[in-house]
Amino acid sequence: MSMAAHEPGAWAEPRKAPFLAKLFSRTNVIIGTGLLVLVLATAFSADLLAPADPNALAVQNRLKPPSSTHLMGTDEFGRDVLSRVMHGARTSLVIGCAVVLVAVGIGSLLGLLTGFYSRIDMVLSRILDGLMSFPGLVLAIAMAGVLGASSSTVVIALGTVYMPRVARVVRSSVLVVRELPYVEACIAVGGSRLYALFRHVLPNVLSPIIVQASFIFSYAVLGEAALSFLGAGVPPTQPSWGNMLAESRTFVVMAWWMAVFPGVAIMVTVLGLNLFGDGLRDALDPKMRER
Amino acid sequence: MARFILQRLVLLLPSLLVPLFLVFILLHLAPGDPAAVMLGADASPDQVAALRERLGLNEPFLIQLVSWLKQMATFNLGESIFLRMPVTQAILQRVEPTLILTLYALVIAVSIGMVSGVISAVNRGGPADQVAMGIAMLGVSMPEFWFGLMLILLFAVELRLFPVAGYIPLDRGLWQCLWSLTLPALSVGLVQAAFIARITRSSMLDVLGEDFIRTARAKGLAGRVVIVRHALKNALMPILTAIGITFAVLMGGAIAIEMVFNIPGVGRLLINAVSRRDYPVIQGIVLFMALTFVVVNLIVDVLYSLIDPRVSR
Repeated sequence: MSMAAHEPGAWAEPRKAPFLAKLFSRTNVIIGTGLLVLVLATAFSADLLAPADPNALAVQNRLKPPSSTHLMGTDEFGRDVLSRVMHGARTSLVIGCAVVLVAVGIGSLLGLLTGFYSRIDMVLSRILDGLMSFPGLVLAIAMAGVLGASSSTVVIALGTVYMPRVARVVRSSVLVVRELPYVEACIAVGGSRLYALFRHVLPNVLSPIIVQASFIFSYAVLGEAALSFLGAGVPPTQPSWGNMLAESRTFVVMAWWMAVFPGVAIMVTVLGLNLFGDGLRDALDPKMRER
Repeated sequence: MARFILQRLVLLLPSLLVPLFLVFILLHLAPGDPAAVMLGADASPDQVAALRERLGLNEPFLIQLVSWLKQMATFNLGESIFLRMPVTQAILQRVEPTLILTLYALVIAVSIGMVSGVISAVNRGGPADQVAMGIAMLGVSMPEFWFGLMLILLFAVELRLFPVAGYIPLDRGLWQCLWSLTLPALSVGLVQAAFIARITRSSMLDVLGEDFIRTARAKGLAGRVVIVRHALKNALMPILTAIGITFAVLMGGAIAIEMVFNIPGVGRLLINAVSRRDYPVIQGIVLFMALTFVVVNLIVDVLYSLIDPRVSR
């Protein structure tokens, strides 16, 4: 959060319109938004638009290359790859959202507490650093191994792994904001520290939280794909991009379409999120640019 | 120097303990009896009871915690339930491919990432920068294991330059071994090169704006000397941090890649252990990864103090 926003006069200028104009002034953001809209529309309309039932088996049609009836070909059970990719979008987005809620919710809370209370900070930050430094995927796999593979395990595991990143970013913003005069003023006129934290500090660290949310979303889509690919994610019956890639591994030599299309879907989603997130960061928080 | 290393070691301790504690606590909080889960549905109650006894699950929580700490500190990780051998032995048998793969990928990631990052920064805004950063953006947006599948399609299936999968052990010759690991190392390495390129570029851009760069140019030094000796040397700290992070990511990425290319490494051991719920092995691998991480970061810290002596003071 920059100081400039709190100088007198900063209040006079309307904030909302320039922000959107600034955000969408870059080609990258427009491309990113376009990709995201495409993925979102696919996820919402998968039931209506998908040419076939994603789980309909037709063994006589197995491993057919892309054609006019099956635009992305069929897999080893004769299921339509395009329909599975479309339904996979839903799995990825739902899990991505849930991971963002868990990671950003808990991460922001811990970031607020560690940034504001130095005594909590001493202990909690060491724990969070320890959690953050460890290879996230390994920890998520180990957690899936202990808890059993399922969609909710994916959310818990990825949420735990990404939460410290949010906490660290929020903490560093809180360290700046808590020294500002209006926080001191709030406490001086008798507000409790907890009140000052949630009423005055939280609203002023929202922009880094929003920026982090967009990046956590992209990590979560990649993480879910990796966990499902390794058999530690969503159950194989559910159409998911990671599961589809796991199945494609056996047939990669004879059925390239099974491996190519789900991966392209992942890349389109993550690229959209990254481009959008970069734009958000530049528009909301110019100081974070170099990270 | 010894004091500095000791200090860093203490700071790195949480990276070792936190993941281990997390797995231990999950094991005890998870619904269901771990012994019953491990043995599967057709185990007799006697078998479950015997395994509970062997794993010490009948003791009170605190006693279990203490004996677990003792085990971890002495590397006595117990025995794998399915492999019927000590966990340490099972891990050591599979360390070789994982370690070589990770180092190979690290070399690829660092060399390609740093070179393209420097080129981007020097030609800021030019076509070289835009192409390199565009590729880097694509690189950070795709899963390594999918990139690996695509490399198989192109270089192994279409062009037949590399084997589709498999690993040739080191004792059959270094070149043979590296040959078999080239596609896997490229899959993880190139994706991480994208990350390092982005960091190198922004760190270089910061330094290139400094006064001493202008001075160096003004006194007539050749462009290349300024870039490498003056700029890159000063931009190295954030890059080094990124390399430390990369190592951890590479180890994680190596797991998925080992599955793609059928490499008998620690990653595949972990995945097999997860599907069989072989808890001692899972815990052992978490300990192994955490230890490797601590050692690598200690090396990074020492390198820091060599590049910039102010750090260790």
